[in-house]
Amino acid sequence: MTIKEIQEEIVEEFTSFDEWMDKYAYLIELGNDLEPFDNQYRLDQNLLDGCQSKVWLHAWEEDGKIYYMGDSDAIIVKGIVALMIRALSGQTPDDILNNELSFVDEIGLKEHLSPTRSNGLVAMIKQMRLFALAFKAKQA
Amino acid sequence: MHYVVRMLQEKDTLVCNAMAIDINKIRAQFPILDSVIHGKPLAYFDNAATTHKPERVVNKVNEVYYTLNSNIHRGVHYLSNQATLAYEEARNKVQHFLNASQSYEVIFTSGATAAINLLATSFGDTYIEEDDEIIVSTMEHHSNIVPWQMMCKRKKAVLKVIPINEKGELDLEAFEAHLSDKTKLVAVTYVSNALGTENPIPEIIKRTHQNNSLIMVDASQAVQHLKVDVQELDVDFLVFSGHKIYGPTGTGALYGKEKYLNEMEPWQGGGEMIKSVTFEETTYNELPFKFEAGTPNIAGAIGLGEAIDFVSEVGIENIAEYEHELLTYATEKLNTIDGMRIFGTSEHKSSVISFLVKEIHPFDMGTMLDKMGLAVRTGHHCAQPIMDYFGIPGTLRASFAVYNTKEEIDRLVEGIAKVAMLFG
Ligand SMILES: Cc1ncc(COP(=O)(O)O)c(C=O)c1O
Repeated sequence: MTIKEIQEEIVEEFTSFDEWMDKYAYLIELGNDLEPFDNQYRLDQNLLDGCQSKVWLHAWEEDGKIYYMGDSDAIIVKGIVALMIRALSGQTPDDILNNELSFVDEIGLKEHLSPTRSNGLVAMIKQMRLFALAFKAKQA
Repeated sequence: MHYVVRMLQEKDTLVCNAMAIDINKIRAQFPILDSVIHGKPLAYFDNAATTHKPERVVNKVNEVYYTLNSNIHRGVHYLSNQATLAYEEARNKVQHFLNASQSYEVIFTSGATAAINLLATSFGDTYIEEDDEIIVSTMEHHSNIVPWQMMCKRKKAVLKVIPINEKGELDLEAFEAHLSDKTKLVAVTYVSNALGTENPIPEIIKRTHQNNSLIMVDASQAVQHLKVDVQELDVDFLVFSGHKIYGPTGTGALYGKEKYLNEMEPWQGGGEMIKSVTFEETTYNELPFKFEAGTPNIAGAIGLGEAIDFVSEVGIENIAEYEHELLTYATEKLNTIDGMRIFGTSEHKSSVISFLVKEIHPFDMGTMLDKMGLAVRTGHHCAQPIMDYFGIPGTLRASFAVYNTKEEIDRLVEGIAKVAMLFG
């Protein structure tokens, strides 16, 4: 699936929730279901410390595609991390760099990604793109 | 006093409550309390970070700008005189509120942080030599740690730290052990912003003085909750922030005994603080102006005076009694929640409850509570050493002010229970 298609799918899933409580319950579920973070990558250089919560991010390349592994100590943040990974992991650097993550806005999670929220998510998205940029530079 | 409150409470809470505080009348003075947040009525429990401002304080600040605005202490014209009078009247209000013996023992600052930095610099420059010791505690706000660290580094002095016990109380034996003839200053908080612990300040002051050392008390979390009398305490220095006691942001004060304020070197240089300036020599102005360089927050200080009037009219003893009732009620209710862990379990507490539920991350809990219109604080509360002591990254903190109600606390407890269930 393309990033665009995945985003549409996520938005579709979230439109079924009328209540904010259900939405967050789903985020919690996504957080709990996120593939466990490989502890050998739990390193300071992979830590995005947001003051309120922590985010770990590891990335690697395979056959021209980028894969991400992520984690957070806060489960809601982890749920959002899971969505980010779902949207971007396994995509090419170009696709990652050329697609806006519009779903965040559409499913009403924008508040968690404003620069004033010190939860590590803003730094994570930046870092995901930086990885893409770095792999792209290496390919060239 | 707390024991009296508890006894009254057991008999009849409502009567005790109604005697002291007319809660509807108080709430009516805070328009922001009518806010609707995410579709829910606001219940504000982040008062230790900052309190809301009663209408009269906001009106007073407006009035200053609309009718009095002028620079102070330097004009012959009418408005300047009026502004100066109002500003100095505000200083008198702080003086009487703290029961300082002289108004010039009150130095206006932009807040507690500025007051502590002023003191750390001036005290350090005047009294501190290499190897001298300053004592702080584990439960200090970062603003009562870092300025002393900076000063100790400059002066090659030593910072000693009073540890805390598992109830979140100061270890007084360790404090005794730290006291020596090298101790120049003890700088401790009256009430912990992260745990709510009310320290035995009168006793600590006594012991410090027996040791021939001086003491500064951080009353940032005290003046809005309990009676603070600097003469009765015989404290040498005391600081607080205006915005935590219903006043404007950017206001606060350093109280200091005249003798030491006179001896101490000034902190910032500039206008107002001088008597005469030549390139050869500058002589400093007298107290309090020596420590108030530049144009101060005139409207803010006058607003702070108004906030103090508000507190005095409600009565600080009434506030203390009412808030203690809220604290006791909230503690009992919260403790009924499965997996509740309260940090700070001293018998002597004031208006703050710091807690975690099971292993739920404070950010998660705080985010969910916010959706229910419940404003609490999450994180380390600028007191990382405390969090390190308990081995946790942070807590949730509910802190009360005079306008909070038991109904709001019921909503908070319900909200927490609901979130706890969701997280399983
Ligand atoms: C105990 C204590 N000291 C000092 C401060 C610093 O106050 P301000 O940031 O207003 O200068 C605070 C504020 O949270 C506090 O709680």
